Amino acid sequence: MVPAPITRSSQIGWSPPLMASFVTRRLIAAVFVLLAATFLMYLLVAYSGDPLKELRESNAPNKLQLMESLTKRLNLDVPPFFRYFIWLGGIAQCFVGQCDFGVNVQGLPVAVLLQQAMGSTLQLVTSAQLIAIIVGLAVGITTALRQYSGYDYAITFASFLFFSLPIFWVAVLLKQYIAIGFNDWLADPNIGAAVLVVLSIVSGLVWMSVLGGTNRKRLTTLVVATVSTGALLTYFNLTAWFSTPSVGIVGLVLTALAAALGVTAISVGLKNKHALRGALVTAAVGIALYYPMTWYIFRYMTMPLFLLLAVLTVVVGGAIGHVLGGRDRWQSARTSAIVAVIVSAVIALDGHLLYWNDYVNSTRINGRPIATFGSATPNLGGNFWVQGLDTFTHLLLPTLAIILISFAGLTRYTRSSMLEVMNQDYIRTARAKGLTQRTVVVRHALRNALIPIATIIALDIGALIGGAVITEFVFGWSGMGQLFQKGLVAVDPNPVMAFFVVTGLLIVIFNLVADLLYASLDPRIRVS
Amino acid sequence: MVDINLAVKDPASDGGPDETSIEQRETIGLSQGQIVRKRFFRHHGAVISIVVLAFVILLAYSSVGLHVWGLTTQGWWPWHWRETPPLVNRGIPTLNLIPGPGFGIGPHPFGQDVVGHDIFALVMRGAQQSLMIMVLVGSVGTMAGVVVGSLAGFYRGWTDSLLMRFTDVIITIPFIVIGAVIGRATGNLGAAILGLMLGLFAWMGLARLVRGEFLSLREREFVDAARVSGASDTRIIFKHILPNAVGVIIVSATLLMAGAILGETALSFLGFGVKSPDTSLGLIVAENQSAFATRPWLFWWPGLFIIVIALSVNFIGDGLRDAFDPRQKKMPSPRALARAAVRARERAAD
Repeated sequence: MVPAPITRSSQIGWSPPLMASFVTRRLIAAVFVLLAATFLMYLLVAYSGDPLKELRESNAPNKLQLMESLTKRLNLDVPPFFRYFIWLGGIAQCFVGQCDFGVNVQGLPVAVLLQQAMGSTLQLVTSAQLIAIIVGLAVGITTALRQYSGYDYAITFASFLFFSLPIFWVAVLLKQYIAIGFNDWLADPNIGAAVLVVLSIVSGLVWMSVLGGTNRKRLTTLVVATVSTGALLTYFNLTAWFSTPSVGIVGLVLTALAAALGVTAISVGLKNKHALRGALVTAAVGIALYYPMTWYIFRYMTMPLFLLLAVLTVVVGGAIGHVLGGRDRWQSARTSAIVAVIVSAVIALDGHLLYWNDYVNSTRINGRPIATFGSATPNLGGNFWVQGLDTFTHLLLPTLAIILISFAGLTRYTRSSMLEVMNQDYIRTARAKGLTQRTVVVRHALRNALIPIATIIALDIGALIGGAVITEFVFGWSGMGQLFQKGLVAVDPNPVMAFFVVTGLLIVIFNLVADLLYASLDPRIRVS
Repeated sequence: MVDINLAVKDPASDGGPDETSIEQRETIGLSQGQIVRKRFFRHHGAVISIVVLAFVILLAYSSVGLHVWGLTTQGWWPWHWRETPPLVNRGIPTLNLIPGPGFGIGPHPFGQDVVGHDIFALVMRGAQQSLMIMVLVGSVGTMAGVVVGSLAGFYRGWTDSLLMRFTDVIITIPFIVIGAVIGRATGNLGAAILGLMLGLFAWMGLARLVRGEFLSLREREFVDAARVSGASDTRIIFKHILPNAVGVIIVSATLLMAGAILGETALSFLGFGVKSPDTSLGLIVAENQSAFATRPWLFWWPGLFIIVIALSVNFIGDGLRDAFDPRQKKMPSPRALARAAVRARERAAD
């Protein structure tokens, strides 16, 4: 028997019509996959228990009547195999703009419940994932660049440990130590001398191992980082910063300058004077706007205004960079836009901190800001900034729990992907050409290393939502995970299915996005 | 012993050791299994993990005895996990490793809960159940994944399409979601059934990997050679392709197990896994989470055992990956290269 010849697409690269047909075919396949998956899920949920069990065992006088009405409401007299199609008929109405997810055991429409739940879950998952991506990428890249250093081994071990942590266990620990511990500490916020020394030395060691270099450079880093951390913490102690936190104009100037220099150094290199000038001017504009913003605009802040200002920030920053950009305008526009975002984030942080005392001392909070339960303080009131603080304190712990788990995978992927690229011949060529370390790492290596990571992030969405179910359960977060968990306990298929329709849809869409990302980012991959 | 210096060129002679020659020198004349074993035992984390895991398994099954499918053996630990002896010292753990008065494990080393259950016995029983579910999910999932993946990869065509579309369907449901539904339905039937059922929904990733491996291996010359010499499909699959895919399978089976123990404990924590009166590590954490402020030890010990088991399985998986896949093997450190060079020079001098 002759082996079948390996077929190769004769098409080189991808063309728009080919792409369109690929997407269409994948979308049609996705619809069938979703239909089959929902059918399977529906049967499994329907047969997982008896929804009438609780009523059957109750002693209510109108028991039979209650059972009958529940049977009628949930169509329990129809076998699950056919009941699925009744449910599907309701979902199909989404195409005419009138989604019907059915009712739950209590008779509430699931569509309304889902709408409320989706917002809070998406908030939790996106904020956690964004931070995890930023931190995970940064740590992954630095460990790859410092392969087999103490830092690399420490992070490798830590990510293995995080991989093996049960998220529900971590969540309970976070509640105990971060929330209750921090709230207790806040009653008399002062860092003790011993803790201060230990924190400074740890910070020095971390900076030393991240930056690396010769022994002399390491020693300098260690001393500088230790002393400056110690000085900063002592300053915080002396000025009672922890009870009246703020960034202030000094903090803003320092962070803005650091952002301008740092972002330029990483993205285009400090040798690019045009970009550096753009970044510095952007930072200066941000600093100049600090007082006008704080005095005149902050008290009228609303969500739409905030979003408008955020967009303006990016546009203005980009424009400054573009005007001052010299020959490579878009590069410096990008740099300035990032600087603008960082500077305005610091100003927004200061806006929140202005109201920190109001928030902490309000009657609903009572000096214990870090929340362990729910997604918002009921009846808190207050303006935009107080509400923002409230969201933040509720997001903090569940976000930390999710980050710890996602971080482990992301650093491992980034590290191995980065190492794989760094060992390739074209990197050696780039070095041989005499390019700087920054150019080699950022331009040549990182861009290619990011391709598999982008697809992995897109594919991980299922695990992320699975993790969110547990996190929501521990933190009493009334999101989609609760909808699922409570629905399943009550053998109530409609809320469970509503949860699954959303997650299944997300997973299928992100699978497609992952494929498209891969095809468009990597010219070697062809869609067929 | 073959003189290996004849086979490879001396790295010391051409200006220093290079990675490939060290690799060749170390593996020459060894069988595939020996090479893998040798590489595995070089991974310190994995070796330590094997010892730790063996200790945990031995401790869990010997202390409170076996209680599986009517088979019961006596353990050496005095308490049964359902017994409620009187509280000793308000239930605080009696384990004391500081030399001096009170040194030793005492009657309740891990403490007691509010009614007096011995936490050591509970944790040991929980570890038994969690380990059993881990192994069941791992083996059932691996078996199903290998069967689906190899059929799809070997026969291609409509078998492949059918099986892979089926895989697509199941993989759309996150493990924790399908696990919760399965646990809700079968949790009352005991831990073994739960493990088997969970395993039936844990094979998808492995099936895709095995399929990929089969698709590439079936085009290789040795498979053609087997085919022209008249080997049947079964023989080709079992004797020629599977042995070459075993690395991928073993590594993902290990990682599947590490995921399974975290999944099982999470499900039990949510109330969809192992049910009382039986227990598992996740269930102990769930039952005692509200007592954290007053009796933290109820919470520490089961969590610690989950981490130890999951961490050691993960490390073993990492060691196996290094052993089976030398492509991903880390470059020897400069010190190891220098040591190898010295060894090579000594051998050349002999």
